[in-house]
Amino acid sequence: MSDKTPLDRAHLHHLYRQMLRIRRFEAKCVELYQAQKIRGFLHLYDGEEAVAVGVMSALEPRDAVVATYREHGQALARGVPMGPLMAEMLGKLEGCSRGRGGSMHIFDRERRFFGGNAIVGGGLPLAAGIALADKQLRAGAITACFFGEGAVGEGAFHETMNMASLWQLPLLFVCENNLYAMGMPLQDSEAETDIFRKAQAYRMPAEQVDGMDPIAMEAAALRAAQHVRAGKGPFFLECRTYRFRAHSMFDTQAYRTRGEIEGWKQRDPIERLRALMTDEHLLTAAETAEIEAEVGAEIDAAVAFAEAGTLEPVQDLERFVLMHEVVQERRPESAT
Amino acid sequence: MTDTPTRMTYREACRQAIREALLRDPRTFVMGEDVGKYGGCYAVTKGLLEEFGATRIVDTPLAENGFVGVGIGAAMAGLRPIVEIMTCNFSLLALDQILNNAATLAHMSGGQFAVPLVIRMATGAGRQLAAQHSHSLEGWYAHIPGLKVLAPATVEDARYMLAAALADPNPVLIFEHVVLYNAEGELDAAVTAVDIEHARVRRPGKDLTLVTYGNSLPKCLGAADALARDGIEAEVIDLRVLRPLDTAAIARSVSRTRRCVIVDEGWKSGSISAEIAARLAEDAFFELDAPIRRVCGREVPIPYAAQLEEAALPQVADILTAARGLVQSQ
Repeated sequence: MSDKTPLDRAHLHHLYRQMLRIRRFEAKCVELYQAQKIRGFLHLYDGEEAVAVGVMSALEPRDAVVATYREHGQALARGVPMGPLMAEMLGKLEGCSRGRGGSMHIFDRERRFFGGNAIVGGGLPLAAGIALADKQLRAGAITACFFGEGAVGEGAFHETMNMASLWQLPLLFVCENNLYAMGMPLQDSEAETDIFRKAQAYRMPAEQVDGMDPIAMEAAALRAAQHVRAGKGPFFLECRTYRFRAHSMFDTQAYRTRGEIEGWKQRDPIERLRALMTDEHLLTAAETAEIEAEVGAEIDAAVAFAEAGTLEPVQDLERFVLMHEVVQERRPESAT
Repeated sequence: MTDTPTRMTYREACRQAIREALLRDPRTFVMGEDVGKYGGCYAVTKGLLEEFGATRIVDTPLAENGFVGVGIGAAMAGLRPIVEIMTCNFSLLALDQILNNAATLAHMSGGQFAVPLVIRMATGAGRQLAAQHSHSLEGWYAHIPGLKVLAPATVEDARYMLAAALADPNPVLIFEHVVLYNAEGELDAAVTAVDIEHARVRRPGKDLTLVTYGNSLPKCLGAADALARDGIEAEVIDLRVLRPLDTAAIARSVSRTRRCVIVDEGWKSGSISAEIAARLAEDAFFELDAPIRRVCGREVPIPYAAQLEEAALPQVADILTAARGLVQSQ
């Protein structure tokens, strides 16, 4: 992990491709939503790609991830295959939660992706429990727990921060601070708007990171993950970011100005990385086109997979309400 | 081992069950408020910290939602937590984790994740602890798909239900009645396990059925003794498991006795007693010779003063009145 140099050409291409996959996936979701093939709530990740891609870059297969309801990007960056992800959006049996979860509840046991959680703050205690188990069962594995700055208002946040520090759990807190909890501006909801300072009260090391900068994001995540993996207890990252789209598909965005949105779009993490690579002669026009084409093909294939998917028979409605056995969680090979 | 029955308290039975679980499976651990150094607020876990150490007996901060969530995550990742919540009134602070996560994750993930978690909590009134430590909320929990809800009323169930709960791949809630902790009973040496599926007939009878659970069981057995002196033979059914409800066992009994009184310490409106009555009306209506009666907790926050608390709870006299009224209505 630590041998990645920030300006390694292939690695930069990887970061760029990952972010672009997310951006294009979300655009396709909007299209399918407008075509009424995706229904329910749909929360899109545009603008925040550098956070998920940077953090996942610091994780190993043995690690665990707990995500939010705005988690398509987290899932894709973690390696959840795009076909089953899109099939889940369409409510298909082939979806990664068999169509029972939808956009907000992506699960992938093989990749230790413990779900999108649609109760704000609801995933934090779970993440601490997974970290507690891993400390005993999978030494060296860490859990990355994503949450928005809105979760900071919840009791579950404070309860979890306290226990994680008290018990020195291998837990990486990733606060995606996009400045709005739905429509509630940060400064109207929190007395302390530098969220990372809250970690100090729990004696937890913390950093504020530019979440619009994929390279800074990855570097911070690597430092944080290294700290956690070394058994030094939890680490807190506050990632300053911005969502370019509305909170969900039912949001008129009366709470923020067009000018503010345009201002943040000037800091688009994908454009920023492309400009950097172009300036440094690390990305040619031909390579850009090639990556675009490959991502486009992957999305087309995912949509085709999802469209061809089947519907779970309604006779199976009650299946998995109660389990008959514990599906043994894979013990990931130790990454040495 | 001799075959002579062992006599012990319900509390000691709970403690032995936990100790056995800890000895049997290294993935098992106990977590909750004051379970360690203090020994448990009802002294159930006394001595376990000394025997098993702080990794297996984990004292938590006062953060019910947080540590129940930790238990859920730990269960999903391979451990077998036994979480203790001091009293079921406090479990409301953890209701988000219990309902939105524990009961939901298996189904919502399409069966990828199970939550093999046990949550024990004290329930019920009778110790003058007033309205924030005395309620019977197990009926509420029995409303929730994805959970199993147990209510041990005997020393045998207190001793052996835990092992069955831990062997179950689903979240299981165990409600231990505060008045029963000091109750004594005998353990049959021939019994080493119980199921968590079926209701049990605790006393056979032919004239009417008393359906109950928890601390209302001894009251129903007392009432049945009194009725027997009048020549009325009451069958007493101990539900044991409130979810899934053993409707078949209740219907079977009522089909023979043709009369039914449901005795539940919980409030009457929207309660487990209402559920049982509804199921009997659906499944056994034509077997009944008389209307179903219910003896439930009065619809008040449980008060402190002894005479008020007593008046708020089902008592033997109330059960007798209901039972005699049914039999005489013939």
